[in-house]
Amino acid sequence: MSDSTATANGALAEAGDAHHGEHPAYQRHHFESVGQQFDATNFAMWLFLLTEIMFFGGLFTAYMIMRNWYYPAFVEASHQLNIGWGTGNTAVLITSSFTMAMGVWSAEMRKKGLLVLFLVLTFILGLAFLGIKTIEYSEKWEKHHIPGIRYSTQAFTNPQSDPEVYKEYHDKPLSPDMASKTEMYFFLYFAMTGMHALHMIIGISILGFMIVRARAGAYTTGHVTYVENFGLYWHFVDIVWIFLFPLLYLISRH
Amino acid sequence: MSATTIVNLPDQSTARIPKMNFLTKENGLLSWLLTGDHKRIATLYLISITFFFFIGGALAGLIRLELLTPQTDLMAADTYNKVFTMHGVIMVFLFLVPSVPATIGNFIIPIMVGAKDLALPKINLLSWYLYIIAGCMVIYTMAAGGVDTGWTFTTPLSTHYLNTHVISTGLAIFVAGFSSIFTGLNFIVTIHKMRAPGMTWFRLPLFVWSNYAASILMVLGTPVLAITLVLVVLERTLNIGVFDPAKGGDPLLFQHLFWFYSHPAVYIMILPGMGVISEVISTFSRKRVFGYTAVAFSSVAIAVFAFFVWAHHMFIMGISNYSMLVFSLLTMLVAVPSAIKIFNWAFTLYKGSITFETPMLYAFGFMGLFTIGGMTGVFLGASGTDIHLTETYFIVAHFHFVMVGGMLMAFLAGIHFWWPKWTGRMYPEKISQLAAIVTFIGFNFTFFPQFILGTLGMPRRYAAYPAEFQSLNVFSTAGATILGVGYLLPILYLTWSLKYGEIAGDNPWQATGLEWTIQSPPLTENFVEIPIVDHEAYDYEWLEKKQQKEVASVG
Repeated sequence: MSDSTATANGALAEAGDAHHGEHPAYQRHHFESVGQQFDATNFAMWLFLLTEIMFFGGLFTAYMIMRNWYYPAFVEASHQLNIGWGTGNTAVLITSSFTMAMGVWSAEMRKKGLLVLFLVLTFILGLAFLGIKTIEYSEKWEKHHIPGIRYSTQAFTNPQSDPEVYKEYHDKPLSPDMASKTEMYFFLYFAMTGMHALHMIIGISILGFMIVRARAGAYTTGHVTYVENFGLYWHFVDIVWIFLFPLLYLISRH
Repeated sequence: MSATTIVNLPDQSTARIPKMNFLTKENGLLSWLLTGDHKRIATLYLISITFFFFIGGALAGLIRLELLTPQTDLMAADTYNKVFTMHGVIMVFLFLVPSVPATIGNFIIPIMVGAKDLALPKINLLSWYLYIIAGCMVIYTMAAGGVDTGWTFTTPLSTHYLNTHVISTGLAIFVAGFSSIFTGLNFIVTIHKMRAPGMTWFRLPLFVWSNYAASILMVLGTPVLAITLVLVVLERTLNIGVFDPAKGGDPLLFQHLFWFYSHPAVYIMILPGMGVISEVISTFSRKRVFGYTAVAFSSVAIAVFAFFVWAHHMFIMGISNYSMLVFSLLTMLVAVPSAIKIFNWAFTLYKGSITFETPMLYAFGFMGLFTIGGMTGVFLGASGTDIHLTETYFIVAHFHFVMVGGMLMAFLAGIHFWWPKWTGRMYPEKISQLAAIVTFIGFNFTFFPQFILGTLGMPRRYAAYPAEFQSLNVFSTAGATILGVGYLLPILYLTWSLKYGEIAGDNPWQATGLEWTIQSPPLTENFVEIPIVDHEAYDYEWLEKKQQKEVASVG
């Protein structure tokens, strides 16, 4: 009995393949409807972002604990960050989130030209962010603030040796022991912003791929899932920065 | 007449494996390597984890052989450290974590919820490739000289005092972690969004519930391990110091972050196994699982508690007395949902029509051994006794009772239970019953003596030991030999059955559940038409009535 039903099943499955034509081409065969496909992939993206929160969560925990323990070192070390570049970068990222949101809107409205334009703008703003970050990193290199590789505590044991920062904050010299803990601050700074920058690089690479696809019209046929999910990722990376910026740059300014 | 078996096979002289099925649909290596079919990916996973299980098992054999005598005569102490580390790494990250979810879960969950595939087939395939990359990195580590930190990577040992391959192992586990994140993510999305019409949450088989709970742990826990290992790798390569006390870092922070994943990981390993047991117990006692809702929620409860007990791994590491008190108490709480499961299975058996096919034998093995493993867990969760027992063979025996006696038994129960669905053929019943019994006996011989050794004070992770411990160690090694035979047998007869096994038909166990309504092996798309579910899970009365009706209508 099982045999005969099986052959019948096989035949039906063939027939099932044949009436694929009823669905839009972008509907994957294992989904019952476009709505289900959209729901599922969207939900998956949110879950992925949840794992990302836990991923960054480990670093934030380490930062919180170390900051509590070595508060003076963290305050003085954060004075070494350039608040201008940081604010600029925040503005760049928020703008890029806006252009990304506009990109999603253009895809929904099926405006191909606009979509490509907004994706390119997001791409450029992403690169601008990384450019500014590079400037900041190279400044750290010059000042010997690269933990583990090229590090000196001079600016903290003797703040006057760094007149630019001293002029602004009049930091008191730290004991050598506490000054050595500034290295921890800079390690966490590099780990957190580096991990964030890595996410930016991944995002920008995907954006490059999407621009090519968008020019071919892939996202303006009503199938906006890909653009929308990427938008979620981009906004998430943006939000991570929104937390990093005050924690690393702002909360120790007095 | 009381039935001694519920197996109901089609007439062997006319039965054939359906010509069109997921195994035969496409041919060639590429059709496998680029497949999106969850059943093929599950098959790939099954082959790969079996491969790594045997590497890990061989290492376990070497450990037991070394411990046959009190001296370090088979290998040097350094080599021994590497052997038990590689055993742990392979067994935990490359076998236990993906064992049931990535193989059986991958194969059966979409069918159980009435879907054509997992929600994200490409991500599913990606997860297998990540697993393989991780596996290659572990093999590279072994070939290059191994790593000897223990699978826990304790800092600052792993970051400062060893010159073995911590980096490649750490990165391997990082990659394997993402493989498991993607599996979990896929399951959650599938269970939420892909259920067939009528398949409400409380009609889902309990296997789905337990895998759902495990998936939550994978999605929330694994990223924390990933970032922790990144920090360890950075600490070794760039010499930074988050975990280095000399630089103001905190080795305890590593422990907190590591166990925040690795304790839930224990439940990632055991929960899917518990799901298998629910299916098997119900099928072979012909009854609905007693207290379905309680069992379903106990899985979720275990997943929730899992995140609040991690510090019980750190009682001797200098955490405060107050957190010891709190974590000790919270740890005891895990016993509640675990006991709910065990008692409910026992009540399912009560007045059931029990038959003793192989999956059921393994399930009985699970219930006994997991209970012992769980009870000894309470000894270790109580902070007072833990200080005496931790880092001895007591703890080794405890987690092997849970992981090997529990999870591996459940894995084998599941493999035998769904083997006819997977391959279309039955495994040979008599020899597999023998294998189940051999495994159970071998297991107890191997690990029960270790409880005694532990209470006597034999520390874990040493190649040599005082001579008075030898007799119990000889017992343990002898048991490991029997256990080895118990694990080799299934490999042999299951391979044999691929060609010579009896044709299983659609529903050899006369079980309920959507997977038994379709052909074996299933079609690539599982269902010809998406089913409409109109009955509860494990509703054997419903099944009986339906069969009576069919008979009546034919007559």
